[in-house]
Amino acid sequence: MSAAGRASAGWWWLILPAFLLLVVFYIAPIVQVLAISVTEPEPGLGNYERLFTSGAVQRVILTTLRICVITTALALLLGYAIAYAITLATPQAQGWWILAVLVPLWISVLVRAFAWVTLLRRQGLVNNTLMEAGLITEPLPLVWNEFGIVVGMVHYMVPFAVLPMLASMKEIDPRLLAAARGLGASRGAVFRRVFLPLSLPGVIAAGVLVFIFSLGFYITPAILGGGKTLMVAEWIGLQILDLIRWGLGTMMATMLVVAILVTPAIFSRIVDLRRIFGTGA
Amino acid sequence: MDGAYRPGPFGRGLAWVTALYLVLPILIVVPVALTDQRFLSLPQDGISFRHFQTVLGSAEWLGSIWQSFTIALAATVLSVVAGTLCAIGCWRISRRATDLVRVLMLLPLIIPSIVYAIGLYRYFGPLGLLDRFLGVVIAHGVTGIPYVVITVSTALAAFDPRLEQAARGMGASLSQTLRWVILPRIAPGIFSGAIFAFIHSWDELVMVLFIASRDVFTLPRRIWDGINENLDPAMAAVAVLLILFTLLLLLADRALRRRTEGG
Repeated sequence: MSAAGRASAGWWWLILPAFLLLVVFYIAPIVQVLAISVTEPEPGLGNYERLFTSGAVQRVILTTLRICVITTALALLLGYAIAYAITLATPQAQGWWILAVLVPLWISVLVRAFAWVTLLRRQGLVNNTLMEAGLITEPLPLVWNEFGIVVGMVHYMVPFAVLPMLASMKEIDPRLLAAARGLGASRGAVFRRVFLPLSLPGVIAAGVLVFIFSLGFYITPAILGGGKTLMVAEWIGLQILDLIRWGLGTMMATMLVVAILVTPAIFSRIVDLRRIFGTGA
Repeated sequence: MDGAYRPGPFGRGLAWVTALYLVLPILIVVPVALTDQRFLSLPQDGISFRHFQTVLGSAEWLGSIWQSFTIALAATVLSVVAGTLCAIGCWRISRRATDLVRVLMLLPLIIPSIVYAIGLYRYFGPLGLLDRFLGVVIAHGVTGIPYVVITVSTALAAFDPRLEQAARGMGASLSQTLRWVILPRIAPGIFSGAIFAFIHSWDELVMVLFIASRDVFTLPRRIWDGINENLDPAMAAVAVLLILFTLLLLLADRALRRRTEGG
């Protein structure tokens, strides 16, 4: 018994370095953020009162929620189409489809934002092409506004939407679809009454994942929003770096963490959360 | 299963449009980087490599590339060592007690880096780690641990625990079992984790914006400044180099996995 006890203690030692690193250099700084939000500029809930009294704070939150809901809906729609195509494709074609999803996932987010700026700005390739074709006379405002942010964010989020949906679609027995077809259901009916309901858990998991990732997104909205449309992450950065309002910045950061932890908790009643992170890397 | 169920025209169309939307905008930086003009545009009278020359001849860009590379390397070592040991420990103990550790390991993937970045900004000040190589390595290394834990745990799931028990039963110590029995078997998982941890650090910007300013000026930071200040084709050249580098890493990962699956 004592030998076995020592052996299992040995395994605990293996966990220790990662555990200590995370507690000292990850958890502690974040707990400090939460603490600052109730202690600066003076102890109390003064910063949180601003949620109800400050128009600027409310505007940032509403803008963020609006952009995140739109992004999530579009990423789910486009991601669903891809996951659906992958599920029903031949094994060879599957490889190519998955490549089209995974490669953008690993390309630097800065490179992607830069590419979108190149395409969408006033003298960008899209506007120039449309003007030369005579379709428009004035450049369209495609970037440095909410439209640009959504285009860039959906582009970033589609792969994250695809992975959980793909995992759940792969569990669907293809014989069910063939059987429904054989029994006389039209293609649309097979999709609506068999495939779609069976893939729904994956859709919800993907929706939760994309939504919580979108909430705290910094780089893409900052570049494609051009400082005019502010989402919470950029707003927090602004409070800390430019306005030195630590209390307000950390309050919003705390709200962000709460929103991100509460959203999955609500949906965990509907879907198994391991679905969301199980397909991680 | 052939002759079975295939998506309809609308589904196929939408999937194709989405795939093009995912891939094409990224590819647009290639012709822009090869432009013969002085501003962001498509090549007019032929292609030119001078923007690549500008980047590769600039001490500032090269300095940032080198700095990012060394930071990513050091951070990867930190993530891989801590993450691998942790994954093995969790796998072997495998009790409810390690559930907390597992959840802890997922936090850096879920909590937005802006929250962590402002926390570090304040936390590193008194420790003298602001704008230091070591500070950025710690920040990137710690947040890279989850990638390693995930890939190594996946590799361990396919590993027969009886091999470990047999080694221990025949008198191997913990470190001998680790070195000769467990580590060789999960090496591909560790390598995948290392690649992901490396890319994580190499691309990371948000933390760097807060905890580094002058002495530590990584590649993403320089790109960020470039996008916000002067949009010129040299930026596109950097983007192309970065894309090539990422593809190279992913190909290495793929080749390694295929080899281990085949053998």
